[in-house]
Amino acid sequence: MSRLTELFEQKNKRVLNVYCTAGYPQLNSTLEVMGSLQKNGADIIELGMPYSDPLADGEVIQSSSLVALNNGMTIDTLFDQLATMRTSIYIPVVLMGYMNPILQYGFENFCIKAKSLGVDGLILPDMPLYEFEQIYGKIIQDNGLDFIFLVTPETPETRLRKLDALSSGFLYAVSSSATTGTDKDFSKVAVYLERLKSMQLKNPFLVGFGIKDKASFDAVNIFANGAIIGSAYIQALSKGNNVETTTKTFLERVLSN
Amino acid sequence: MHLFNELTNYQQPSEEGYYGQYGGAYIPEMLYSNVETLKNQYLQIMDDPAFKAEVAALLKDYVGRPTPLFYAERLSAEIGAKIYLKREDLCHTGAHKINNTIGQIILAQRLGKKKIIAETGAGQHGVATATVCALKGMECVVYMGEKDIERQAPNVARMKMLGAKVVPAVSGSKTLKDATNEAIRAWINEPDTTHYIIGSVVGPHPYPDMVARFQSVISAEMRTQLEEVTGSPLPTHVVACVGGGSNAAGAFYHYLNEPTVELVAVEAAGHGVHSGMSAATTQLGSTGILHGSKSIVMQTKDGQVVEPHSISAGLDYPGIGPLHAFLYASKRGTFMSATDEAALKWAFHLSEIEGIIPALETAHAFAVLPEMNLKPTDVVIVCLSGRGDKDLATYMQAMDLK
Repeated sequence: MSRLTELFEQKNKRVLNVYCTAGYPQLNSTLEVMGSLQKNGADIIELGMPYSDPLADGEVIQSSSLVALNNGMTIDTLFDQLATMRTSIYIPVVLMGYMNPILQYGFENFCIKAKSLGVDGLILPDMPLYEFEQIYGKIIQDNGLDFIFLVTPETPETRLRKLDALSSGFLYAVSSSATTGTDKDFSKVAVYLERLKSMQLKNPFLVGFGIKDKASFDAVNIFANGAIIGSAYIQALSKGNNVETTTKTFLERVLSN
Repeated sequence: MHLFNELTNYQQPSEEGYYGQYGGAYIPEMLYSNVETLKNQYLQIMDDPAFKAEVAALLKDYVGRPTPLFYAERLSAEIGAKIYLKREDLCHTGAHKINNTIGQIILAQRLGKKKIIAETGAGQHGVATATVCALKGMECVVYMGEKDIERQAPNVARMKMLGAKVVPAVSGSKTLKDATNEAIRAWINEPDTTHYIIGSVVGPHPYPDMVARFQSVISAEMRTQLEEVTGSPLPTHVVACVGGGSNAAGAFYHYLNEPTVELVAVEAAGHGVHSGMSAATTQLGSTGILHGSKSIVMQTKDGQVVEPHSISAGLDYPGIGPLHAFLYASKRGTFMSATDEAALKWAFHLSEIEGIIPALETAHAFAVLPEMNLKPTDVVIVCLSGRGDKDLATYMQAMDLK
């Protein structure tokens, strides 16, 4: 059973997935940030592989990617950093990134290496469903990795069911059609999440885009199995001096009762 | 006139938008609905007789089509071949870009959209978009790299005068690539009411095919006009500059399946193809994904897109449309390149011997003529994609240095 599946068997409410950019704020911050996230209550770590042209991301994550790239982050460097990951990180880790750098690395080699380091799944927002079915889905599956598709309020039901069927681990419910880091009106989002919940999907679903604090985290958890926080955490990291203190303060606020 | 012709292989990407291995739609799910609607409707809309009539009427009375096919006598004598110029510079707004924006604005209206967004490099596509938005009373936002805003000031002023909002793209290299990223993001954030008018044959399917079809009026006219003058619709060569490749796609389109016609695409070599300051994508790039399609992309070995360089903002792009990538890979197209210096030289030379001041982008196409080993019997059409008014600042600087 995959670490993600195991997690959702034990906990299917208020699951918190936190995004961080590999190689940010410093090239060698990756494991320190991941360790802090785990220690302070994150259930899943979504580790972003920086790309020069990240279409689905807003300003905050794009600038963190640029910093990471300027710090010298590459897939090879990241894999070197992750070599010792599973000696200290026991929660699920999914890699988030864009197709191009992975294609240059070699898609199959990428999956083999990621799996061998203890990575659990992949989120690739610009992976087309067609290419997934034709080529990549099998490679991902053969290597025992979960793949998480994104769905939006505009995704038609038949397509949504298909994306759910092809996903494993969880489904990524984008709160509305927007890039990351945009503010949302969660009363409108609620209608969509209620619909998602009533569909009895195969996978648990986590809500991402616009989740930034306790209020938004609580709001989506009425219907969802949990949420993904990205830009707000990156912003906190960009302002804080110390990774552990920043992460502790940030997550305490989000998870407080 | 057959604006949107019957299709055969080179003109027809697959159902999923592939020309050979290039194309597709590598887009986040947030854009799926919009792109899918477009994909399902564009051919039907473009095939509708009422739509065709509306486009044709505007192309005639508003844009000023057909644009002339001009026999360049002095240039022909100098090169030693018969050289014809397809005068897209005489289109309203000064370049071929408006052929596409006219088509897409009417298409956007049919799709019920209220707002238009666009990216622009040199500003020609931005001006062409702002123009048709003014014409149709649509809100218009144009994304333009901060660096391009500085070097193309007259076009920025024109867009503003036409009522468009010009938003500077401040990420990355602050040029066309980043303006395109910003426009795509803006579209993601407002997908319901907005149509994104991409200015070149790039982006996710169906954009490359749709833009090529709207631009194909260029070669449709070439065929008729050349036949009137020479008795044959077929030249031996068609030459066009390529950034993303929209004027080249339009100039090649109705010759794609005519194997006797050599299609010559001219890329911007910047300071020289291997100088590290170049935009010659096919020479420097490899298979990759940029702005929603798989094509040839200038990138590092780690798959990060690199910043290109060209003196012309319109060719300063690290990718190329998937149709052109396929023409390159299949060897149907001949790819050449011209440096900044050669382009500048030819901008002045064409002005002096034919009385036509071309855009810097266009000047690249002329720069390869002496290297093509042309024979006196060759009939060459050069696509004169745009006029040079917008580049006067660069030309004035060059004159000061002379």
